[in-house]
Amino acid sequence: MTSISDRFQSLRSQSQCALVPFITAGDPDLQTTAEALKVLDRNGADIIELGVPYSDPLADGPVIQAAATRALQKGTKLDDVLKMLTNVIPELTAPIVLFTYYNQIIHRGIENFLQQLSQVGVKGLVVPDLPLEEAESLLKPASELGIEVVLLVAPTSSPERIKAIAQKSQGFIYLVSVTGVTGMRSGLESRVADLLQQMRQTTDKPIGVGFGISAPEHAKQVKDWGADAAIVGSAFVKRLADGTPAAGLTAIGEFCQNLKQAIA
Amino acid sequence: MTLTPINPQQTNEATQVPDALGRFGRFGGKYVPETLMPALSELEAAFQKYCADADFQNELQQLLKDYVGRPTPLYFAERLTAHYARPDGSGVQIYLKREDLNHTGAHKINNALAQVLLAKRMGKQRIIAETGAGQHGVATATVCARFGLNCIIYMGVHDMERQALNVFRMRLMGAEVRPVSAGTGTLKDATSEAIRDWVTNVETTHYILGSVAGPHPYPMLVRDFQAIIGQETRAQAVEKWGVLPDILLACVGGGSNAMGLFADFVKEPSVRLIGIEAAGEGVDTGKHAATLTKGQVGVLHGAMSYLLQDEEGQVIEPHSISAGLDYPGVGPEHSYLKDSGRAEYYSVTDEEALEAFGRLSRLEGIIPALETAHAIAFLDKLCPQLSGNPRIVINCSGRGDKDVQTVAKFLNSSESSQ
Repeated sequence: MTSISDRFQSLRSQSQCALVPFITAGDPDLQTTAEALKVLDRNGADIIELGVPYSDPLADGPVIQAAATRALQKGTKLDDVLKMLTNVIPELTAPIVLFTYYNQIIHRGIENFLQQLSQVGVKGLVVPDLPLEEAESLLKPASELGIEVVLLVAPTSSPERIKAIAQKSQGFIYLVSVTGVTGMRSGLESRVADLLQQMRQTTDKPIGVGFGISAPEHAKQVKDWGADAAIVGSAFVKRLADGTPAAGLTAIGEFCQNLKQAIA
Repeated sequence: MTLTPINPQQTNEATQVPDALGRFGRFGGKYVPETLMPALSELEAAFQKYCADADFQNELQQLLKDYVGRPTPLYFAERLTAHYARPDGSGVQIYLKREDLNHTGAHKINNALAQVLLAKRMGKQRIIAETGAGQHGVATATVCARFGLNCIIYMGVHDMERQALNVFRMRLMGAEVRPVSAGTGTLKDATSEAIRDWVTNVETTHYILGSVAGPHPYPMLVRDFQAIIGQETRAQAVEKWGVLPDILLACVGGGSNAMGLFADFVKEPSVRLIGIEAAGEGVDTGKHAATLTKGQVGVLHGAMSYLLQDEEGQVIEPHSISAGLDYPGVGPEHSYLKDSGRAEYYSVTDEEALEAFGRLSRLEGIIPALETAHAIAFLDKLCPQLSGNPRIVINCSGRGDKDVQTVAKFLNSSESSQ
């Protein structure tokens, strides 16, 4: 199974910008999540980010908060998410990155958590409430198991921090495009272009831009600014949740295609 | 008496925590989105700088004296002492540190005032805060009115209902109170929403966190701004009876009033430190907020500490009749003091707290906040275990005017159900 880094390398060799959709596991149910992963994989997703629902998602805006609440009300448990992934991952081309808050990791025990992820075939991990200073405990054991821990850079990060984060981040660097939580926004801040340029001068690692990318033109914009990936979350989560699961699956398939075309 | 200037260096030396990464042993730290990391560093630098700054100290001391009304009295509770006396008249000597006499009616203003002075010097014009009982919200709204700053308070919808008086007070002083309906609509949810606001508006906004919780430097900063409670207590004790108190007793939600009382005595092994959590309907009912008694180590709102969580690591919605204690986490330094054995933590139920609420009102003519009533209630368990005539100082952290409706409602419903 391809690692996140390998995936980016092969995309780069074709001068392609990766499309990274995000959905929340268990919303509306894990069966639909399994189908959704396959639909995204078929329709242009290069890497897929899967959110584990959490009771206190500090970094998330209303759309993903609501999805997590619905998933938890359905009784979605991490073990069930991992069991679902065991069956689905072999059918996917796109590697899976798990998006999870730190308490869920330490509650299970870092080693134990990573072992289980590795057995299931998860290739990457994004922990939105784990900044560089606290990340060491996760980075080393994860890399030993072939799981890449993706660190985040924000518009408020100083050049020194950006450099240090870029050095430690694995797989790619997640550039948060706004000061804010996840969610759909009408446009992109132009300082993302400056940040991308600044990061390019300090690192060769791939850079994915996320938070607030909700339309094909946004994805195209970050591609033109030189990003290696466009990460799209709330806009997928909302489409999947609108109407019946079947309608939601159709909607995210079409949306995924449109996004991919925009950055092809 | 004169007020003691805040001196973080000195306090740090006295307690030796937190370390440079904001760690109290294995607790504390900074578990927040990257966006906030520069703001936390900026805040820590400003805190260190201005606490050593004479102008800042003078302004703070002057306002604590003339605006807040410090020092607060250390009051000998004569009839409460008589209530717990042995048949021969001997027994515990109970003193109340009257933080309820502060402007706005609770200890919360010590911290809110100091933080707003910091915010002003950091050039932040917009202030946000979370509130549970509304005491921290009122204190923040008060100091924002005093300094003409834009103020937004996040408050759970459930708390807005049970603390309606405080909602009115905040609005009267020009604050915007934003209802938070997520979760159970209590303090945890309000705090999460305040953090989301801060992540979004961090470049223009200062977040006045109200407890010794949250990411570093808040647990240290709020402790040091509240430490005046213990520093005054020490001086007053020495003045009144010549030696230190034997026991310090305070309620613990996030833990700021307890930490404020304890901080100056942590290095005094002769002084027993006791914190009281909310047992709600009972610690074995699942409907409680006794984090240190029943929690497991976890991360909430940026800090590692004890946390009420289920077998999946999802945060459990707590329960307490007292909005200010209705929180599933606790300040990391309390977790550290618990594990090191330096402080002891127990819990009392809603019912026991209500009983103490009435008792202090009847015996001393002091209506305590329901939060404070938890500390008072523990006397029932503590006093029979003690020998001699130990002096106990209870942090009378807030006044209970805000709670009379809740208490009346509870008493009515329990009467009608009997």
